Amino acid sequence: MELLILLCIPLLGAVLLALVGERDWAPEANSLMSFATFAAGAALTVRVIGSGPMLAFHEQFFVDPFNVFLVALTAFVGFTTSLFSRPYMRVEQHHGRLNRSQLRLYHSMYQLFTFTMLLALLTNNMGILWVAMEGATLTTVLLVSLYRTPNGLEAAWKYFILCGVGIAQALFGTILLYFAAEKVLGAEGTTALLWTHLNQVKGELEPVVLSLAFVFLLVGYGTKVGLVPLHNWLPDAHAEGPTPVSAVLSGLLLNVALYAVVRCKVLVEGSLHNGMAGRLMMAFGLTSVVVAAFFLWRQKDIKRLFAYSSIEHMGIVTFAFGMGGPVANFAALLHMTVHSLTKSAIFFAVGHAAQKAGTQMIEQIHGLLKLSPTVGWGLMLGSLAILGLPPFGVFASEFLILTTAMRDHPWAAPILLLALGVAFAAIFSRVQSMVFGEPSLSRLPHAPALLPVFAHLLLVLALGLFIPPYLAGWYRLAAKLIG
Amino acid sequence: MANLPLSSQIINLCAAVLLLVSFAMLSQRRVLSLVQLFALQGAVLCLSTITVAWTAGRSELYVSAAVTLALKVLLLPYILHRLIRALNARWETELLLNVPATMLVGLLLVIFSFGLAQPISQLAATVTRSTLGIAIAVVMLSFLMMITRRKAVTQVIGFLAMENGLFFAATSATYGMPMVVELGVALDVLVAMLILGVFFFQIREQFDSLDLRNLEALKEE
Repeated sequence: MELLILLCIPLLGAVLLALVGERDWAPEANSLMSFATFAAGAALTVRVIGSGPMLAFHEQFFVDPFNVFLVALTAFVGFTTSLFSRPYMRVEQHHGRLNRSQLRLYHSMYQLFTFTMLLALLTNNMGILWVAMEGATLTTVLLVSLYRTPNGLEAAWKYFILCGVGIAQALFGTILLYFAAEKVLGAEGTTALLWTHLNQVKGELEPVVLSLAFVFLLVGYGTKVGLVPLHNWLPDAHAEGPTPVSAVLSGLLLNVALYAVVRCKVLVEGSLHNGMAGRLMMAFGLTSVVVAAFFLWRQKDIKRLFAYSSIEHMGIVTFAFGMGGPVANFAALLHMTVHSLTKSAIFFAVGHAAQKAGTQMIEQIHGLLKLSPTVGWGLMLGSLAILGLPPFGVFASEFLILTTAMRDHPWAAPILLLALGVAFAAIFSRVQSMVFGEPSLSRLPHAPALLPVFAHLLLVLALGLFIPPYLAGWYRLAAKLIG
Repeated sequence: MANLPLSSQIINLCAAVLLLVSFAMLSQRRVLSLVQLFALQGAVLCLSTITVAWTAGRSELYVSAAVTLALKVLLLPYILHRLIRALNARWETELLLNVPATMLVGLLLVIFSFGLAQPISQLAATVTRSTLGIAIAVVMLSFLMMITRRKAVTQVIGFLAMENGLFFAATSATYGMPMVVELGVALDVLVAMLILGVFFFQIREQFDSLDLRNLEALKEE
């Protein structure tokens, strides 16, 4: 029941805001809807923690500790981002970058995007998972091209074509998966694509087909995770869309795409038993970390800079999931959480900073601390957190991943460390020049929303200092599930 | 090979036609003809789906065939026609690679696809297993078309043709996916088409043409 409510609220919100999304109170309605989604997500989480995994509606939906933690995270970041987007979009409207019909489109698509994310997480059907991911692509294409500038259109076009092709690969992988499953589970009825059923019989699935299927699934969903060399759409989409969209792309979409990869990996590992899936993920992950770290040095646009940082961090998480085992999975889940929270907080701060400066170029932004200490500190602390400085949560998860890598795959640890060092130097030097110095900024007509920034950073700090036992137990349970 | 049942022969014929159409699309430079080829591809797909449904006695495949007919033979080509007329984008002026070279690359791709499908086809129990290689080849050729063309409309036709290839893979290897999934996929394709239609107008409004060379401002220096 909670499940149905959770899915219905954003869908209802999308319809409602498609009708009235241009009104003056629409941003508040958007936040309200997102808050309701968050409340429903919290209720579902409480229930799953209390009574264990559940199946619903003829087994079409499935909730276990792994996806419920992502549901809670998605609903939470969705809510805080909608809070941030209230003043942000008002300022954009004030600056004349948006008209009323665009605002309506924005609000409606924001809710629809939340819906597709939640559907992708909650469905038990690998085919519906694909449909939801494609739906997420379509809604975000409209969000990225919202400003209708030449660059925005180019970014959206690139995003659509690359992710469209990528996701077509994933569909082919899903077809192959179904092909293997049908032999074991039978084609009658629709159980052959249900993850829970596949998971029960994964040992009997045909290894040849599954290994081929995984390559297609990894390349397909990996395009959406932003793994190098399939990452080209990501920096453009982040830089050219409105900042709340950058925040949800980095904070939510990448996570959900990775969730799809991990779900597939569980099945494939269970069939192959040779670690092929894990090794592929490690290779993609490590490449992403290294390439992204060096690309950070060439960035002049602040949103592109943090987009590359997202590629780097998704690479770290993919690498950790690839290593597998309880500790690495635990660390990967923790890293997903803290990265989502920190990166969206950074985008909130960056969004306000760019609005004040009237540009996204790093060289033209100075003295954030003098003019607006809160935005400046938000950006500074967020950057320190994402760079993995203790005592923030990112440090804890990166430390765990590094130590596991040293134990299991000693060759990879120095490469990771080097890449992290390069990324540190690149981001720190740039953020420093933006935060300090003489201000070159103007005041905004609407007060920035800083509560979400500091709420996120506080959570990340808390996770770095102390992980509450129930949360740790929950992560452990999810990590065990992934294997 | 001599005594294949009629239905298998029909399906193999459909597969062959699909492959031919893909090559024809690869060499076709008139955008309107491309749309017609795309509709033809849909029609062949529909025919093969009906044959599979009839042979295997799977009634839900008739629904898929009907959806294919409605969407890929009638609705999408109609939308594309309207768009092309409205945007006056009838000619593909320039190819990235000349036609003979593209054909050669296409041939190599087909061989590669058959190699890829070999181990899987041997496992398939369906009457149509020999066609999986062709399905992969159609996907690859559409991909090639997307890479070598510069017009936005052609890239989209390539994208849709790729979806056709995937659909053919689904029917030929597994008798089709569960109904929910197929309807979802069809819905996604339709929505994607509508969004792209809007997009075309925006791109042309901004750049006065649908040439994607205009869309090359964003790159790493």
